[in-house]
Amino acid sequence: MASDGEEDFVSYGVPLEPLEEDEARKRPVPLHEQTVKDEKGRFQRFHGAFTGGFSAGYFNTVGTKEGWAPSTFVSSRQQKSEKQNARPEDFMDEEDFGEHGIAPSQIKTSQEFTSSRTDKTRETARAVNAQNSVITGDTKLEELIAPARSSVGVEILRRMGWRQGQGVGPRVKRKPRRQHPGGSLLPPAGSEDSEEEDEFAPEDVTFAPKDVTPVDFTPRGGLRGLGYRGLDPGRALMGHAAPEHIDLFRPQSEARSRLFGGRERGARRGGVAGTAFGIGAMEDDDDEEVYHRDSMSRYDKELGGEEPGDGLYGWTAPQQYTKKRGKSKDASYLGKILEGFTLAQKTQELKTIFPPPSLPPDFRPIRRVRASPDVSHLSGVSPALAEALRLSRGHMVPEESQQGVSQQGSRHQLDSGQRRALLGEDALQGPSSVLELLKPEDRKRLMDLRTSTHNSTSHDALRRPDGFRPFDENPSKQARYDLYLNRLKQGDRAGLEQSLDPGMTEWERSRERDEFVRASILYRPSSSFLSSRFTRARRGEEEQPEEEQPGKEQEVVVDDQQAAVNMKLFGKLTRETFEWHPDKLLCKRFNIPDPHPGSGFVGLHKVKRDKFSVFNFLSVPESRDTPAAPKPPESGRRSRWDQSQQKEEQKQKEEEEEKKKEEEEKKKEKDPLSELLSAARNQTANRAEDPERKSKDPDEEEEGEEEEESRPPLDLFKAIFASSSDESSSSSEEEEEEVGREEQEKQALPQSVKQEEEEFGPKLPPALPGGAPRRSKDKKHKSKKQHRHKKEKKKKKGKKQEHRDTHKKKGKKQKHREKKEGEGDSDEDTVSTQELLRRLKNVKSRETW
Amino acid sequence: MSFPEPRPQVPQLPQHLLRSIDCQQGAVRAVRFNADGNYILSCGSDKSLKLWSVSRGTLLKTYSGHGYDVLDADGSFDNSQLCSCSSDKSLILWDVATGQVTRKLRGHAGKVNCVQFNEEASVIFSGSLDGTVRSWDTRSRRFEPIQILDEARDGVSSLKVAQHELLTGSVDGRVRRYDLRKGQLHVDFISSPITCVCFSQDGQCTLSSSLDSTVRLLDKSTGEMLGEYTGHKMKGYKLDCCLSGKDTHVLSCSEDGHVYCWDLVEGSLALKLPVGKAVVQSLSFHPTETRLLTSMEGRVQVWGAEPEEEEEEAIAT
Repeated sequence: MASDGEEDFVSYGVPLEPLEEDEARKRPVPLHEQTVKDEKGRFQRFHGAFTGGFSAGYFNTVGTKEGWAPSTFVSSRQQKSEKQNARPEDFMDEEDFGEHGIAPSQIKTSQEFTSSRTDKTRETARAVNAQNSVITGDTKLEELIAPARSSVGVEILRRMGWRQGQGVGPRVKRKPRRQHPGGSLLPPAGSEDSEEEDEFAPEDVTFAPKDVTPVDFTPRGGLRGLGYRGLDPGRALMGHAAPEHIDLFRPQSEARSRLFGGRERGARRGGVAGTAFGIGAMEDDDDEEVYHRDSMSRYDKELGGEEPGDGLYGWTAPQQYTKKRGKSKDASYLGKILEGFTLAQKTQELKTIFPPPSLPPDFRPIRRVRASPDVSHLSGVSPALAEALRLSRGHMVPEESQQGVSQQGSRHQLDSGQRRALLGEDALQGPSSVLELLKPEDRKRLMDLRTSTHNSTSHDALRRPDGFRPFDENPSKQARYDLYLNRLKQGDRAGLEQSLDPGMTEWERSRERDEFVRASILYRPSSSFLSSRFTRARRGEEEQPEEEQPGKEQEVVVDDQQAAVNMKLFGKLTRETFEWHPDKLLCKRFNIPDPHPGSGFVGLHKVKRDKFSVFNFLSVPESRDTPAAPKPPESGRRSRWDQSQQKEEQKQKEEEEEKKKEEEEKKKEKDPLSELLSAARNQTANRAEDPERKSKDPDEEEEGEEEEESRPPLDLFKAIFASSSDESSSSSEEEEEEVGREEQEKQALPQSVKQEEEEFGPKLPPALPGGAPRRSKDKKHKSKKQHRHKKEKKKKKGKKQEHRDTHKKKGKKQKHREKKEGEGDSDEDTVSTQELLRRLKNVKSRETW
Repeated sequence: MSFPEPRPQVPQLPQHLLRSIDCQQGAVRAVRFNADGNYILSCGSDKSLKLWSVSRGTLLKTYSGHGYDVLDADGSFDNSQLCSCSSDKSLILWDVATGQVTRKLRGHAGKVNCVQFNEEASVIFSGSLDGTVRSWDTRSRRFEPIQILDEARDGVSSLKVAQHELLTGSVDGRVRRYDLRKGQLHVDFISSPITCVCFSQDGQCTLSSSLDSTVRLLDKSTGEMLGEYTGHKMKGYKLDCCLSGKDTHVLSCSEDGHVYCWDLVEGSLALKLPVGKAVVQSLSFHPTETRLLTSMEGRVQVWGAEPEEEEEEAIAT
């Protein structure tokens, strides 16, 4: 093999010395001198095959010349991570990595990079390049120097058109080939068939050598031996499975394999069995086949198999014989049965089909949609309730449209009287009610008993505004309901029974009674019922019962802000800044440090951080003296009217006493923008001075209207203020004030009410007192309210609005008073505007913006 | 050696309709781009949330699990999670790939109007009709919110998160900005109910649209108004507004079926995009490209600066 050009080849072993004829034959090397040495010159004894031919270790032991000592224990605890995945290479000697070792480590061309591998993209690219390039042989060269993977001979043969497995060699005659069996490269596996064919072959015709099936040289994976077959789960579980049949002629012929199944090992025991497993010691059946043994019975001995003919009637008989009985059925079937199919054993059950109902001859498949689906029908609500529900929205929906719908609506909403009217029947004669059969005094007692229970609940309806008519679509019923309400108002306890129609049946009457009572409860005036649940949207700030001061201020601020927004002066006026504490976890999630470390508080401090902070707290102890004073003690809610009062007084105080201080503060704390705003306010709309002008503002007008709508009736105030003044007087303070109030109280009630109204306007929360006492306190503590003077500037605007609102609410009766007040306001305002202008000048002179 | 300044390009506007997708999920309440702008999230009134491909307009996934209309949705920065909120007062955190509900967060007392992840998708903020903003932890198994921000006096209609700031718009007419780093709350009074708030891309301005048919651009630090944009109609519905990708334009939905696009600096109407006859419910601007999503009734429209053909060529080369 290595003859010429030795430098090109790798040479293994020691070359034999050139043989010379004349030299005397050397004495053969004796066996004991035929030694093998490793690369370090150590002797290696030839040994068994499993160590690669040579002994391993020290005389095939793991020891050394000095003996074997176990290595000291080294904890791998520290190196756990390093030793996680040990590879087999870790346990190999360096020899094993050598050229002839079991894991030679050397650089090889991996298959992807050999040129013999057909890379589609590269080929096409190369083809394109070849077209373009000047040197057309470029790619040819590359093909030429391609490293050969298969032997040259094979390559050449392939080029000549040989394909794998084709017979190689000169063409042969059949006859002479028998004399030269080794003539062809691959001797054909002589079979009788081919020999027989040769008999008929002409003398002068030659044939190509026979094809051979190429031997598959793919190495076995895994560590198992030859012929190993894994465990057969089917065998293990079922105990017996059809023995695998090796069919040489027709693969996948299951039936045939069963045909020649030979000795079926009857009723094999279950359990795990496979070639790799022997028999357990406890296994008593020694005849059991332990090792895999091939038997000829598993092969077909004839081409095409035996005909399933006679003589096979035994237990191995094919299915055709065993199933003779079914034949008759097959015969009854006239058509041709497809191969592989048999007729079904059972006949399919007939489905019972129910024919559709026969349509009447005049049926037309058209669906008419009813014009107005009735709500009460659909929802299944009782008509009375549906009616009530519908009517509860009646404040907004125009009544006419409703009425039209409901009268068409449903017959269930008609009472018997209406139905009677529609049908044109006469009224029934005789007693319509059981009550009429009773004695008059009994009846009266019964009615009294009944109505007394209702009365307590239903007197709320007394305050029913006149516009509200729950049974409007049924005039007679509404009339009865009105009658009932009137009687309730007058305190007639039997009013309910008397207002009902005596002509109706007892059932209808009881139903109507229930309806009336329910209606009278449900339809209380919205001012008392609804307002107890809702606050007005614009004044969202009003709900903060616990801190009054910031709330008030907030409200003023809102007005101020509103003014700023209207003038499009966004900026510091509309901007409020609070200290806010984000949750610690939230900061963590945002990867930012806690802005207020150490404060366990989360969220917003309820007390607002004031814009004018310092002076706000100067007079705190004074205000503490009268803790209950500024607040209506029972009502959780504040109304703006109180504030206006307070503000007014504060303003006066301010302007009289603390102008200078204010100025300083203004400069310090109020931004120039607000100054500008106040100036602008004076210029654009001096609303406080002129109530008529104020009302021109559309927003304000709306407000006023709202106020009027929600204004409760007069008598409410009577009740409220009568009691409130008592309470407040008991709780409070200056004798003069008390005396004055008591005098007022001694006078007729209406008068006092009048005064209250004049001063404060209608209160939003009508349930609780608070107007009069507060006023007195305010007056008393005029001097103490100085701490609020800083807010004054901001509040001014709001105050004005409120004043205006109060005027509106008062109505026309008190116009003259209004005027008076307005004048007073205007006086104050003129002072304040002058003040503002002056301050504005100061600011402008100082700051240039 | 300095190169000449690149000539500033004329900002392009998304005025060509590239695609119109029929979402088949009832009215599309909101439509949103995901973080990188390759996918669309559409919130349907049939309780489903759908994920679409922008380039092909194909439906990729439907997320169903809500009990009522889905009102808003947002995708996390890594596209692995979605969050959505619904009228059923709950939020759902979705796994994008499997479409499974990772977490369902309940606690709001009213329908949840808006929802958004923070930058790292570690917190979800949700604003609800009950006037609270709740922050939910996505990392822990806790089902209670981390913090409840109940400063709003009325329903919270919109919120946005940018870095360490949370911007909320409420029906009480106030825009609140929570600065987590400084620990401060800034409240800007707008007076009219706020429908939508946005941060500008540079983070210096806030945009707020309100029911007085006005969109206002406010300076973030001082609260001063930098611009006011009017002309559209926003009287009764909660419609979206947004800024274009490079802060060059202000866009807003309108009830007259157009999308109005104003020049940010000049305040002049730059484009009046006719979408259809009904109300443009929602819109979303692509984070990087000139691309706009609008939704009207049951359809979502994709708008681009150039007509479709050129776009496709651009993709092909």
